[in-house]
Amino acid sequence: MKADPMKGHLLDTGEIQRVLTRIGHEILERHRSAQRLALVGIRSRGEVVAQRLARILEEISGSTVPVGALDITLYRDDLSLISASPILRATEIPFDVNGQRIVVVDDVLFTGRTVRAALDALADLGRPESVELAVLIDRGHRELPIKADYVGKNVPTSKKELIQVRLTETDGTDEVVIE
Amino acid sequence: MKAPRILIKGGRLIDPAEGVDEVCDLLIEGGKVAARGKGLKAEGAQGLDAKGKVVAPGFIDLHVHLRFPGQEQKETLITGSKAAIKGGFTTICTMANTDPVIDSGAVIESVKAQTGKLGWIRILPYAAVTMGLKGETLTEMGELRAAVAVGFSDDGMPILNAGLMRRALEYTRLAGPPVIAHCEEKSLTGAGVMHDGVTATRLGLAGMPAEAETVMIARDLLLAEGTRGRLHIAHVSTGAGVELIRAAKGRGVQVTAEVTPHHLTLTDEALNTYESRFKMNPPLRTEADLEALRNGLRDGTLDAVATDHAPHSRAEKELDLGAAPFGVVGLETAAAVLLTELVNRGTVPLPVLIASLTARPAQVLGIDRGRLSKGSAADVTILDLEADWIVEAGSFASKGVNSPFLGWRLKGQVTDVLVAGEPVLRNGQFLVNGESA
Amino acid sequence: MSGWTRKDLLGLEELSREELTLLLDQAKAFQEVSLRPIKKVPALRGRTVALCFLEPSTRTRTSFELAAKRLSADILQIQPASSSLVKGETILDTARTLEAMRVEIVVLRHNVSGVPAMVARAIGPSVINAGDGSHEHPTQGLVDLFTILEKKGRIAGLNVLIVGDILHSRVARSNLWGLSKLGARVTVCGPPTLIPQGIESLGAEVSYRLEEPLPKADVLIALRLQLERQKEQYIPSFREYSRLYGIDREKLKGAKPDLIVMHPGPVNRGLELSPEVADGPNSVILEQVTNGIAVRMAVLYLVAGARGERGSVCGRMSW
Repeated sequence: MKADPMKGHLLDTGEIQRVLTRIGHEILERHRSAQRLALVGIRSRGEVVAQRLARILEEISGSTVPVGALDITLYRDDLSLISASPILRATEIPFDVNGQRIVVVDDVLFTGRTVRAALDALADLGRPESVELAVLIDRGHRELPIKADYVGKNVPTSKKELIQVRLTETDGTDEVVIE
Repeated sequence: MKAPRILIKGGRLIDPAEGVDEVCDLLIEGGKVAARGKGLKAEGAQGLDAKGKVVAPGFIDLHVHLRFPGQEQKETLITGSKAAIKGGFTTICTMANTDPVIDSGAVIESVKAQTGKLGWIRILPYAAVTMGLKGETLTEMGELRAAVAVGFSDDGMPILNAGLMRRALEYTRLAGPPVIAHCEEKSLTGAGVMHDGVTATRLGLAGMPAEAETVMIARDLLLAEGTRGRLHIAHVSTGAGVELIRAAKGRGVQVTAEVTPHHLTLTDEALNTYESRFKMNPPLRTEADLEALRNGLRDGTLDAVATDHAPHSRAEKELDLGAAPFGVVGLETAAAVLLTELVNRGTVPLPVLIASLTARPAQVLGIDRGRLSKGSAADVTILDLEADWIVEAGSFASKGVNSPFLGWRLKGQVTDVLVAGEPVLRNGQFLVNGESA
Repeated sequence: MSGWTRKDLLGLEELSREELTLLLDQAKAFQEVSLRPIKKVPALRGRTVALCFLEPSTRTRTSFELAAKRLSADILQIQPASSSLVKGETILDTARTLEAMRVEIVVLRHNVSGVPAMVARAIGPSVINAGDGSHEHPTQGLVDLFTILEKKGRIAGLNVLIVGDILHSRVARSNLWGLSKLGARVTVCGPPTLIPQGIESLGAEVSYRLEEPLPKADVLIALRLQLERQKEQYIPSFREYSRLYGIDREKLKGAKPDLIVMHPGPVNRGLELSPEVADGPNSVILEQVTNGIAVRMAVLYLVAGARGERGSVCGRMSW
């Protein structure tokens, strides 16, 4: 599908697939194998990205990589500031996180607060051997000392701009745009 | 002190006892009505312009819990009298469930003396039917009558013993004034806090069925019929009760009855908010009962409007609905509520409402009040039918603010009141002084 | 899905279908927390929840306590023995004191209907009704809805039979509101003395004979019979009650095999339910208890989020 050029197109279907494939190779290169490797996607689009990445890892390595979904709502540091409780979706981690090498996956890395919450949530589930972070887009403006280990695309932005990641599974189309 | 000469000019005089409803003047001298007629002249008399207003005999309330003596945390003689004046009541009949209970000549004499000393309004005490309201032994009704009791009532406590009730009714043939019956079969009301119906079911509150009232009304009517005694039914709340009274009157039973402003205007759905200011006994009933009560008032089956004014302290009414005491205040809102809800909507003609506050209650007790013919005591209440106001707890003269009408916007208000020719309220302002305790 | 905006949860009567669905969805999401080794999330960290149980209750109180703890809230226990209520302080005094102490949520159980509504009107903190008199027990109603949904996959179209003392039951009323809003057909069954008048106008069918509605029931909710009801002459004897309305294996022979049997607890074994039924394959009583925590976590979480917005429940006169 052709992205609307007016909206500041960043990635289309093919490009998303290519950067995820590259990240898959980087992960396997660093870990040497898919052994004890697991992905945890942050709800909701991080989960979709994690599932796609898992398929790529399987194709490359030939072994299955388990995928979980993490809802970080209950760990947000702004719960008392917002006027209505955000809708919670269940966390589903179908494997024991203890001793696993976990890659947390999200669509966009921005302030780092979501990742901070995800790390807290993970810690409540057990003690992984290691935790890394993979994101499709890193748009800068960190408010916490957090850095991604694998980045699909670095996009310099102003704080006011909005990065929209749309994925077929959740939005009916694949595109990343800046608005 | 000699009461002033006052000429009330240009008002619409409604005097149901005399069958009068016309614009005319009223001259008051020496505490009595001196003259009545169009274009009266009186040299040196104070003028009271009543143009556009209604001039009526002072209202009579057959059912007031003054709380005096002994329960001054709820109401004092002063606050109760002021509340009556504000509501246009120049005569109030006070219930005997005080502390001590008014059940002996000594107590009633002392109450009479003290209320008489204040003297702002006429306070006519009832005496208890049974000693200590216990429903066990009769009071000395003959002697109490002699000592000015205008009626007998254990109000608040029904007389459950039918034999005793029969004796009391028999005794009224000697004593004269009626037994005023609070009709409630206690074994049917139990721990109920509101009318037993769909609303109680929905709210999960224990109900007091309509039959708790009607079986007692039926019993007392039959006893009055059998004894030829004088019976007055207090605060009728049920349509079936009205029916029973209508039928008994048709048979010639010596019975009269009263209805409260709240039972004429509110239904059990008011309890939706669980506020104790809607908790009273008998409870608010249904739309159909309300309709029947209005018809009963219109056709005279229900003789009088009486407030059942029952002040309670704020702390008591802040209790939960189970623990809060029954009762609401009513003196200060009665006339205005009924003007707004019944007269202004065409349900009850104004002269009928005035009659039910004046001539009819006077007849119930056989007292010489409630009329403004020449020579009558000059108890006068003047109403502005156009006055627009909102019921607010802060503006009550009564100590009790447990009113079911808080927040209501009303049209019609008492502006001036004279008791025995003496002005006690002018343009809504008190002319009597006393610490507002 | 729109969010939760009510300051208080006083009953299921005033909730919309959407609000009920939101609560049930959120309860589903919270189920997982209780399955973790570390059963705690920081959502309500720094918030204070007062558990104000002015009538004896172990189940509901502990369920709320665990729910609040699993959300990391601070908990204040107010019970008759430890409160000045026994000294004649009114419930409103207590509530205002809690407000002055900056408690955010008051979970309130009281033996008189309407007390939570009265308190909610008087104070700023959120009030969650944990059962008031014979009025409502909204969280138990939600637990029952949730359990039915888990077991049957739906609520709309189910035949639900509520058996026992309907007159005095707040659980029956909450269930009636919740179930009928979500499209179930509700029949109440019990001795005529314990069926309140006009219950039909609340959307229930009435039966006095268990054998009539039982065969088509998908869900049976047996209510606890308070032992003082016999003394108050609502029933002639427990023996007769148990013969007519007690659920045993014999009576279940006429029921659907996949009927689920529920009870808000604690069960009078041998009275409302025979032991074989209470512990048998149709019983989901323990699941109700388990689900209670997730449901109450959802309620606390949503109400905490709506702080500052006033519910539209009451505080207005009906005239």
